[in-house]
Amino acid sequence: MPRIFAYIAHKGGVADDSAAELAAVAKKIDAAATLTAVVMGWGAELDSVCNAVRGSYAEVWKIANESLVYPNAELVRKALVKVLPAGGVVLVTHEHFGIDLAPGLSIKLKAAFVSDVLEIEGVEDAQLKVVRQEFGGQVSAHVRCDISSGAVVTIRPGAFKPLESTPVSGSVNDKSADVGVLTASRRYLQTMVAESGDVDITKHNVLVSIGRGIQEKDNVAIAQELADAMGGALSCSRPVVDAKWLDKSRQVGSSGKTVKPKVYLACGISGAFQHLVGIKGNPFIVAINKNPKAPIFQVADVGIVDDLLEFLPELTNKIREMHGVSAK
Amino acid sequence: MEILVCARRVPDTSENEITLNSAGNDIERDELVYSVNEPDNYAVEEALQIAARIGGNVTVVTVGGEDDEEILRREMAMGANHGVLITDEAFSGSDGLGIATILKAFVEKGNYDLILTGVQAEDGGAQVGGMLAAMLDYPFASLVNSIEVLEGRKLKISREIAGGDKEMNEIDLPCVLSIQTGINEPRYVGMRGIRAVASVPIPTYGASELAVDPRSVGGAAARVKRVDYFLPALGKGAEMLEGSREEVIDRLVGLVAAKGGLK
Amino acid sequence: MVGIELAAQVTPWLASGRTLFLIIHLLGITSFAYIVARRLVPLLRAEPDLRFDQPLARLGKVLKFGLAQWKHPRYRTAGIIHIFIFAGFICLVLRAFYVLIVGVSENFVMPGLSGEAGHIYNLITDYAATVVFLCMVIAIVRRLVFKPARYAVPEKFGKAHIADAIFLLALIAILMVADSLFAAARAAGQVQQGQSVELLAAWSLPWMLQSLLVSSSLSALKDFYFGAYLLHEVTFYFLLCYRPFGIQFHVETSLFNLYFAKLGRGTLKPVKYGVSDEHLDQVKSFGVKTFEDFTWKHMLDFYSCADCGRCSDNCPANAVGRPLSPRFITIKARDYAFQHYPMFGKPDNHKALIGGIYSEDEIWSCTTCGACEEECPLLVEYIDKVVDLRRGMIDDGNVPQSLQKPLKALESRGNPYGKMEKKRADWVNANDFRQTCQVKTLVGKSKADTLYFVDSVTSYDDRIQSIGRATAKILDHVGEDFGILGTAEKDSGHEVRRFGEETLFMALRDHNAEAIKATGVKRIVTADPHTYNALKHDYKDMPPVEHISQVIASEVKSGKIKFNAVENGNNVYTYHDPCYLGRHNQVYDDPRDVLDAIPGLKRVEMSRSRDRSFCCGGGGLMLFYEPKEEQRMGVKRVQMAAAAGANVIVTACPFCMVNIEDAIKVAGMEGKMTAIDLAELAEQQIARGKPVVKAEQTAEIVAGR
Repeated sequence: MPRIFAYIAHKGGVADDSAAELAAVAKKIDAAATLTAVVMGWGAELDSVCNAVRGSYAEVWKIANESLVYPNAELVRKALVKVLPAGGVVLVTHEHFGIDLAPGLSIKLKAAFVSDVLEIEGVEDAQLKVVRQEFGGQVSAHVRCDISSGAVVTIRPGAFKPLESTPVSGSVNDKSADVGVLTASRRYLQTMVAESGDVDITKHNVLVSIGRGIQEKDNVAIAQELADAMGGALSCSRPVVDAKWLDKSRQVGSSGKTVKPKVYLACGISGAFQHLVGIKGNPFIVAINKNPKAPIFQVADVGIVDDLLEFLPELTNKIREMHGVSAK
Repeated sequence: MEILVCARRVPDTSENEITLNSAGNDIERDELVYSVNEPDNYAVEEALQIAARIGGNVTVVTVGGEDDEEILRREMAMGANHGVLITDEAFSGSDGLGIATILKAFVEKGNYDLILTGVQAEDGGAQVGGMLAAMLDYPFASLVNSIEVLEGRKLKISREIAGGDKEMNEIDLPCVLSIQTGINEPRYVGMRGIRAVASVPIPTYGASELAVDPRSVGGAAARVKRVDYFLPALGKGAEMLEGSREEVIDRLVGLVAAKGGLK
Repeated sequence: MVGIELAAQVTPWLASGRTLFLIIHLLGITSFAYIVARRLVPLLRAEPDLRFDQPLARLGKVLKFGLAQWKHPRYRTAGIIHIFIFAGFICLVLRAFYVLIVGVSENFVMPGLSGEAGHIYNLITDYAATVVFLCMVIAIVRRLVFKPARYAVPEKFGKAHIADAIFLLALIAILMVADSLFAAARAAGQVQQGQSVELLAAWSLPWMLQSLLVSSSLSALKDFYFGAYLLHEVTFYFLLCYRPFGIQFHVETSLFNLYFAKLGRGTLKPVKYGVSDEHLDQVKSFGVKTFEDFTWKHMLDFYSCADCGRCSDNCPANAVGRPLSPRFITIKARDYAFQHYPMFGKPDNHKALIGGIYSEDEIWSCTTCGACEEECPLLVEYIDKVVDLRRGMIDDGNVPQSLQKPLKALESRGNPYGKMEKKRADWVNANDFRQTCQVKTLVGKSKADTLYFVDSVTSYDDRIQSIGRATAKILDHVGEDFGILGTAEKDSGHEVRRFGEETLFMALRDHNAEAIKATGVKRIVTADPHTYNALKHDYKDMPPVEHISQVIASEVKSGKIKFNAVENGNNVYTYHDPCYLGRHNQVYDDPRDVLDAIPGLKRVEMSRSRDRSFCCGGGGLMLFYEPKEEQRMGVKRVQMAAAAGANVIVTACPFCMVNIEDAIKVAGMEGKMTAIDLAELAEQQIARGKPVVKAEQTAEIVAGR
């Protein structure tokens, strides 16, 4: 069995939620593996990240380098190539940074590459058996990846149950010296923060979230009324923003906001993973969709197959009645 | 600026219901409608807009078979100057690495300042662009949603990152960028436009023209293989509420209230 | 005109000014000729337009819409004022010529108007001038005091036109006063000189002026006479030369505009006149991109618009706040022509219209309902221009993303939804339907007399499929031998064409035409007015096409269809005319006759009905387009139905159904208002049971098949 490494994304001294998910993936690949976390960055916050992942990883490689203050994928790749041994399996989270880093890394490590994995079915004759989704999640595929000369695997965030942290603490090895000076032909300038808009959906306990199924701009009001009745806020998936029916600040998902509500009503949302990764904190998810095959029903707690435009107003009326407000 | 766009022809998810075939090991390919992969189309539009702003040529290349010529014509009808079809028996069954290897050989025959791909194909792994860049030792950026050409063979680009934020970068040319949808509004191409370029010859390249070792590509060399397709189990997690709408609403309200979802 | 012998003694008062008048004449006529010639320059550079056929039909248009002022009474006040002014002008034409000539040849008499006839004509013109003068006063007061809303110019379309309008009205008023003063001074002079007086019409403007002047001195009268003539002369030529700079040009152009007006309702102009479909690929550029891409007739439209605002007043897009106002499609183009084809100097041309004077949204906002064209007194055309502008945008790839998907799906799948071809006929397989009515698919050896052309929305939309099934059941009930094309059918392409995608339309048309011909059917029936219009006007050499409402109406007359009385007698029904059944094809009565044949059905008319029906929001691709608007057309329409006291809207078009049912929800009128298609209602009310007809009658019916 090859050695398994996980690249740990972190921000502000806090490891990304996916750190424990990658550990779970590694255990699924090889239950007996000694897991190694690779933490790169600069400054004091690096130590707190290393400390935090020691619960899930037996070994933590710390790489401090001034040029890694911001995780520039090209620099990270160069640093990884210097420290990683040949033939290992490298796990990276499949989000904007992983997409930037992983394919090129596989080339430089001469390793196989498989992306956006959402299930591990084991290893057989140096073939890693994984499950991916294609065609917008309409179908899944069994994929085999030859890991005999190593592999870079990106993991869909949220697809794996995080490995529970143990009190056993892994050791932290400082590998900074192996890296040396890093230069890149792509330079990070700054991050333009999206305007937050009038409503901060990240602060609400109840979200009524709409997708393509709302059909038209005029119907947005139907969902807004329900959100008002429930005392929650209105959020949405990407198509609604693309159609300019709601402001970008209302979007939940990988290119939108990450939300942590208690109750999440997904109305006419098909459930593409880009949307689902924006829902954190294990909320109670209610899916209402006309299409009984919509992937959202796989992740929801409760599913209802119905026409939104008819169902939502009736639900609103019912809730208003309960609040003693006479129905319209 | 010489711009190369790598495009692919894929079944269009907006016009197909992707289902399994009767054998249950592949998707049903009869009656599928194919079109250019959506982000690739944005990439071509972006290339055309850059060429219109600062001058230059746009070449669209695809690795595939005869059928794939159709998307090259469509992109040429949009305004791309050249279309190139890379096709060879030896290439079939290539994985992402194989495709990147073939494209690298093609890129080295030309003199491109900027190479664009779509961020991901419908059935792809968001991989070819990054691999190609690494093979060429060009800088790479993914999820690009704006491009500004600067003086001194540089670009200022933004990437779409979490929370709708934009990560601004400066990147040296030549480079490879993977383009995110929404970067622009691709122009419409009708039948008339396609007909107008119907007789423009499309050069094809095979393994020998590109000097690609057939053993390094194709199915035999692929380290990543799709075994089969299957339909994910339905409603695994969700408890489906059924019955009259009134009953459903009553139960739902109860459940939501229990979870603290009603004020 | 006065009697020759006496007139000579008065008219010489003008002789002293003969040279001056001659110069004014020459100057005026030359200027006018020059101005008109300059105005013709763009028309000579325009695209061709074949409008020289059917002279009789064209003359008929001139008589009906010109001489008979057919459209004017639709707006009562303004219409009647216009009819008076128009009639006045017609009366005054000869007099105007006489007055002009008399300045240089003081003894001139209009041929045929000497003696008694002349006296009578004079009396008529006295009144005519008075009426025109009064109309001008009323019109000015209307513009200044009452300010009808339709004359207002929204800020986005530029400055108000009121000053220009008042100026022109005032000029005409001055002309009338000058003319009357001229007659009055002469008559007063004749009185003073003891000559026999040309009788002035009692209480006319000249008559009143004469009674004011009669006590003036002879020399003062002479000055009045001369001065009035000079004022008339100058005003006349000023007005003549000023008209081609604004709304009054229609006085000259309307005759031509009416003669060359479009003849075929429901049709669209070809991409380029004189180029056959087979050779279209050789046409370099499609549609209108620059001003010069308009046809000369469309440019003439721009010159002819009288800025009356009736088009926009009836335009549903304008009514719901979309960025389209047909009036300004014309006014902006006219302003463009005036600016880029100046009176002096070289024209600068070939500027893009979209992004220049028109916005993309403005042009996509039109539903092609035809309300504007129906209303225009001068028969100015809009739909062809909008479609031509869209053709230009399509050709440039300039198409909203929301329309690109359905267009692509139409290309690849033959329907805008991107649904599978093999599911096109799935609507006939609904369980309960299949048991009562079997619909055959006309492929290979399966033949029938009649083809039911279903079209995309009815084939694929869950709700609308019910209209398809009702249509089939009705055809089945009357014993029609019919079938459908099934998977061989593609979208009729009606909206594809009206959205400017001519090439795609031709592909759809050719496919369907071939499929239809292969069936060998003798007639086609459809329940979709858009399909009806396409097959009738956009396709060539098709068997006769009927809309289901026409079939039902004729079968009600034939007795094959009898209706049960309505169950709920309290319901009040109103019929909404679909644009492509009503305005574009003049089918107004058949659907109403069907409703009135249902016993106990109470029917009311909405204030906007028949040719003034208000578009529901548009069909086909318009369902995909996301317009910028304040309100939905459908919502307005539903409110109109409510205002008429109806609680059931009956329509006869699948798209009306989609829009109106949606609008009922949006307007919050669920439970208070419902919508039903005529075919659905008719099918539901058909009295089935054993027909209570005698044996020989049954035999007749069977034989009649």
